[in-house]
Amino acid sequence: MLTEKGLWTRLRTRLIFTGPTLFAFATVMIIPFLYGIYLTFTNWDGIAVDQNFVGWDNYIGVFKDTVFWKSFGMTLEYVFITVVLTNAVAFLLAYAVTRGMKAQGWFRAGFFLPNLVGGIVLGFIWQFIFNQVLVFAGQKMNLTLFSTSWLADPDKAFWALIVVTVWQYAGYMMVIYIAGLMNVPKDVMEAASIDGASNRKMLARIVLPLMVPSFIVCIFLSLQRGFMVYDLNVSLTSGGPFKSTEMVSMHVYEQAFLARDYGLGQAEAFVLFILVAAITLLQVYFSKKLEVEA
Amino acid sequence: MAGQSRILNGIKFIALIIVMILFVFPFVLLIVNSFKANQAITSDPLGLPSSFQFDNYVNAFDKMGYVSAFSNSLLITIAGVLLIALFAAMTAHYFVRHKSKLNQYLFFLMVAAMIIPFQAIMIPLVKIYGSLSLLDNKWSLIYMYIGFGSPLAVFIYHGFIKSIPLELEEAALMDGCGRVQTFFRIVLPVLLPTTVTISVLNVLWIWNDFLLPSLVLTSSEQRTLPLSTFYFYGTYTVDYGPLMAGLVLTLLPVLIVYLFAQKYIIQGVMQGAIK
Repeated sequence: MLTEKGLWTRLRTRLIFTGPTLFAFATVMIIPFLYGIYLTFTNWDGIAVDQNFVGWDNYIGVFKDTVFWKSFGMTLEYVFITVVLTNAVAFLLAYAVTRGMKAQGWFRAGFFLPNLVGGIVLGFIWQFIFNQVLVFAGQKMNLTLFSTSWLADPDKAFWALIVVTVWQYAGYMMVIYIAGLMNVPKDVMEAASIDGASNRKMLARIVLPLMVPSFIVCIFLSLQRGFMVYDLNVSLTSGGPFKSTEMVSMHVYEQAFLARDYGLGQAEAFVLFILVAAITLLQVYFSKKLEVEA
Repeated sequence: MAGQSRILNGIKFIALIIVMILFVFPFVLLIVNSFKANQAITSDPLGLPSSFQFDNYVNAFDKMGYVSAFSNSLLITIAGVLLIALFAAMTAHYFVRHKSKLNQYLFFLMVAAMIIPFQAIMIPLVKIYGSLSLLDNKWSLIYMYIGFGSPLAVFIYHGFIKSIPLELEEAALMDGCGRVQTFFRIVLPVLLPTTVTISVLNVLWIWNDFLLPSLVLTSSEQRTLPLSTFYFYGTYTVDYGPLMAGLVLTLLPVLIVYLFAQKYIIQGVMQGAIK
């Protein structure tokens, strides 16, 4: 503990050390967040000087907005599929590149590559691949799956988003799983292998249980990123064809900034926040229960 | 036995190479096509260029306003990353070394705020800063990054500072260093590995961010690289050659940095997740 004499000196130290961070944090996150709650009870259109208090109207509006719930349902489906696939692929990759193989560093670097690039650029690259490259290859090789663009078909466009998301995030989660795998104590593994445990048994009985913390982190991160997907959505499909792939985050944006209904948009953002917070907290709570001590 | 596992290892190695190709191929395809004429791209997107169209690059460089977008991105990222690291390190240090109820609440509030998604804040944020005429300004954007980035940075620093022995600082104070001097001379150098981790995470985030800059920066000369890529692609959809070249230009700085700092980047992400 460090303490100083004199109220004024103490206050000055506090201001120097915590002032800038707390001021920025308060004015960028806390005040807009609270003001956002207030906005959900008003009907501001983005232009008028005043906004009127409309009570619970916006929240009733959220429940009546079928497009919101449709895109929310689709987002849930997207999140579920991408979380499962991303983590499965990431874990397999991590397991494969920690076996002491030649050139593992190169493999890691390659798998991580997509995470260096923003969703906007990745979306445009894959738009080109889906619209030109795969269609070209599909027609050349008579593969009906690829002979028309995935992005022109509502169901396939949804899967195109999933493919790109998994491709992008698997490398990131892989890095976290590698860290987890390297933290599995060597002596426990040795003891098990002396006792005659097979590779598969060691994986199921020792490695996976000790990796629960990594799984918690990765599922938490992929859940959050999944729910908030925006950049990729905008650049790969821009919500199309016919709004069929408009995820909830993009819907909120359109509601507020394009339809100019800020009150309703903010109410939807707030409902989204509550649902996402509840889902991630439940996930962390239940996975913590699975954790074991090494 | 040994022979069999060798074959098995060979199969695994080849499988990994195939997966690796899946991960890297989109980038290779992009680079190859960026040198082709539009007609060659649409008629055979998988073929190699017959003649190199450097015009694509000249065209994209010009139309994207590459120099301005690149320098905007560079300024915003460097200033944002440095300021987040500096302020967050000071705050975390203060929280760890002054264990009062108030500091515990403040720390808890920052950690709890991490689950607030940006989408729940963006509308009031634009409204408040718009009414104060603080939009369309790079420094407002940097300031916002400090606000959004500090919770995670404070959290990571907080975990690390707890493990530093207090004696180091006490000795410095005894020798007549002030608080601020002690922090800059003794604490900050010790925090270097954590600073690298936090900087890597923040560079990846700020350099590539799209939604926040798109809301804050409205005029074209303020645009960052992701923003100018977006507008360039959106208004230029017929001619693939320059589009591909534009995307390569956006990728290029990242690829160059990755080539040299690959080890630190992957390590930073690793450390950031373990906390």
